[in-house]
Amino acid sequence: MTAMAVPLGWYLGLAAALFVIGLVGVLVRRSLIVMFMSIELMLNSVNLTLVAFSRFHGTLDGQVMAFFVMVVAAAEVTVGLAIIVNLFRLKASSDADDVDVLKA
Amino acid sequence: MPVIPLTAQVQWSIPDIPWGAISPELVLFGTGILVLLLETAGPHRLRASALAFLAAAGGAAAGYGLTGEVTWPALLALAGLAQLALTATWRERPRVLSALLSALGIVATLGVVAWQWQTLAGGELLATQSGLADMVAVDGVALFTRVTVLLAALVSIPLGWSYLETRRIHRAEYYPLLLFAAVGMNLLASSQDLLMVFISLEVLSLALYILTGFAKRDLTSQEGALKYFLLGAFSSAILLYGIALSYGIAGTTNIPAVGAAVAAADTPAALAVIAMALLIVGFAFKTALVPFHMWTPDVYQGAPTPVTGFMAAATKAAAFAAFLRIFVGAMGASQWSWIPALWTLAAITMLVGAVLAVVQDDLKRMLGYSAVAHAGYAAIGLIAATREGVSGTLFYLLVYAVMSVGAFGVLSMLERRQRRAVSISDLAGFGKRFPVPAGMLSLFLLSLAGIPGTAGFMGKLAVFRAGVFAGQWVLVVIAVLSSMIAAFFYIRVIRAMFMDDEPDDLETFELEPTPGLSAGLAASAAIIVVLGVWPTVVIDLAEQAAAFAG
Repeated sequence: MTAMAVPLGWYLGLAAALFVIGLVGVLVRRSLIVMFMSIELMLNSVNLTLVAFSRFHGTLDGQVMAFFVMVVAAAEVTVGLAIIVNLFRLKASSDADDVDVLKA
Repeated sequence: MPVIPLTAQVQWSIPDIPWGAISPELVLFGTGILVLLLETAGPHRLRASALAFLAAAGGAAAGYGLTGEVTWPALLALAGLAQLALTATWRERPRVLSALLSALGIVATLGVVAWQWQTLAGGELLATQSGLADMVAVDGVALFTRVTVLLAALVSIPLGWSYLETRRIHRAEYYPLLLFAAVGMNLLASSQDLLMVFISLEVLSLALYILTGFAKRDLTSQEGALKYFLLGAFSSAILLYGIALSYGIAGTTNIPAVGAAVAAADTPAALAVIAMALLIVGFAFKTALVPFHMWTPDVYQGAPTPVTGFMAAATKAAAFAAFLRIFVGAMGASQWSWIPALWTLAAITMLVGAVLAVVQDDLKRMLGYSAVAHAGYAAIGLIAATREGVSGTLFYLLVYAVMSVGAFGVLSMLERRQRRAVSISDLAGFGKRFPVPAGMLSLFLLSLAGIPGTAGFMGKLAVFRAGVFAGQWVLVVIAVLSSMIAAFFYIRVIRAMFMDDEPDDLETFELEPTPGLSAGLAASAAIIVVLGVWPTVVIDLAEQAAAFAG
């Protein structure tokens, strides 16, 4: 079986597209859970970028860093979901527009 | 199937870890774990403390046996003994114990930082100033910022104690979370690698998200925590993408190497510019530069007041240290690209922060917007990109830390009296009834406004001077303009306290400052006055500190 090398640019393009989808998701969607998912998407697109560059440079740094990002993302989930659940207990809503006690 | 020779000799290379480089973080982290352990042990805390003592003694013995060193094993054993004695004394009062142990841990960390400083200044460099495979830099910027962060954390302990006690939300997690946040800030200030920047930023952010939402039943606190969390995670992701692209450019995440690679001619310019833009946006979020400041007023208003003070003071110092290290320290060669961007951000920040603060009625929110404006002033030193600029920013951040912790401290006292948010009209007559706290608040506000004779004036002078010398005089003019707008709303508060009459229907109340609270506020006020009149010593220290590890 002959392996066809996928050019670096394709990985970077895919990662950039995922990142932008996540970014737009955070800005546009109003459900807290979906916003949170979009942030995770952004982090995963970064992971893809890191691994692609790691392969390109032939160093392991990028892959090691991707592991760190995963660990941090897991820690963020525990804290973030706890905050969202606690807010849901107080407000019975997970819509970002309902969270408006503090105003300018 | 190949047979694995079980008798084969494996070549181990034991990495030579310069523990001295990260000793402040180790001490802080150890204290945090200990406090957490004692809290979880509940009524069995004496037993847990005895175990901790055994572990410390064992560690000390092993350390002596393996390295032959005497000093640090002796100190470790002594620390173990001290915590055992304290636990035995205060075993019926766990909160006192936690607060006491945390404060002692921070003081010990300050001692370790002083030792590092001594070693560094004596010409004998700690692990050639970078340690842990160039992950950590122990240089002046790191040490000065550590002092700022630790002082803010130290004062936040008594402030938090009395505030949480009256609001009946005094739970065990406050002190360890404070310590862990301080660990993250210390590490961030000395990160020499973009990976380390990201990790330490997350360590401090995660602790601060929880601290912001510390009042579990209070909707404002929860809302602040949520907004902080969402925007914090969002900005971390942006910063991380910038880090990933920098890694792509340089093939490494080491900050000086990234700076060299960005400046190199063969780097694709578009990629370098995008990476730098993402890094700037990520840090602008963390340091609250307009237009990336949206979270600041909400979070500062929602968080428990002592936490707000700590956040405003220490997070800003740590994030600016990393900002300085990456941009002034490593990317000095590509100034053409980032100085105009930061210039614009700083100019908008100073004006918008001051103007929006004027229209606020809630005192806490007003201080939140003023924190935004102050981030703009601190950025002037960054934009000057000179040694003087770096020392100016370091000094400014120290001064700002003291005055913001003090101002939020007095505010937390007032909130206890009111049992709700404090607006400016609530302060009418406060000065006549309680001249001392009102006088202190006035002092902090005057210092924030930058009135001569206070530390805030000296701080502003330092950054403005650096800005003018670096040819950024337009920015300095904008800063002076912004300070003039800002002076208006600080003085409005002071006028309400001393000139306006008390409302007739005011119920009688008492201010009951705890000794710790009074001591913390008095110390902050004293620092403000001393630095305002005689700042030379600390400015000299900041000038010495304004050097990066190469």
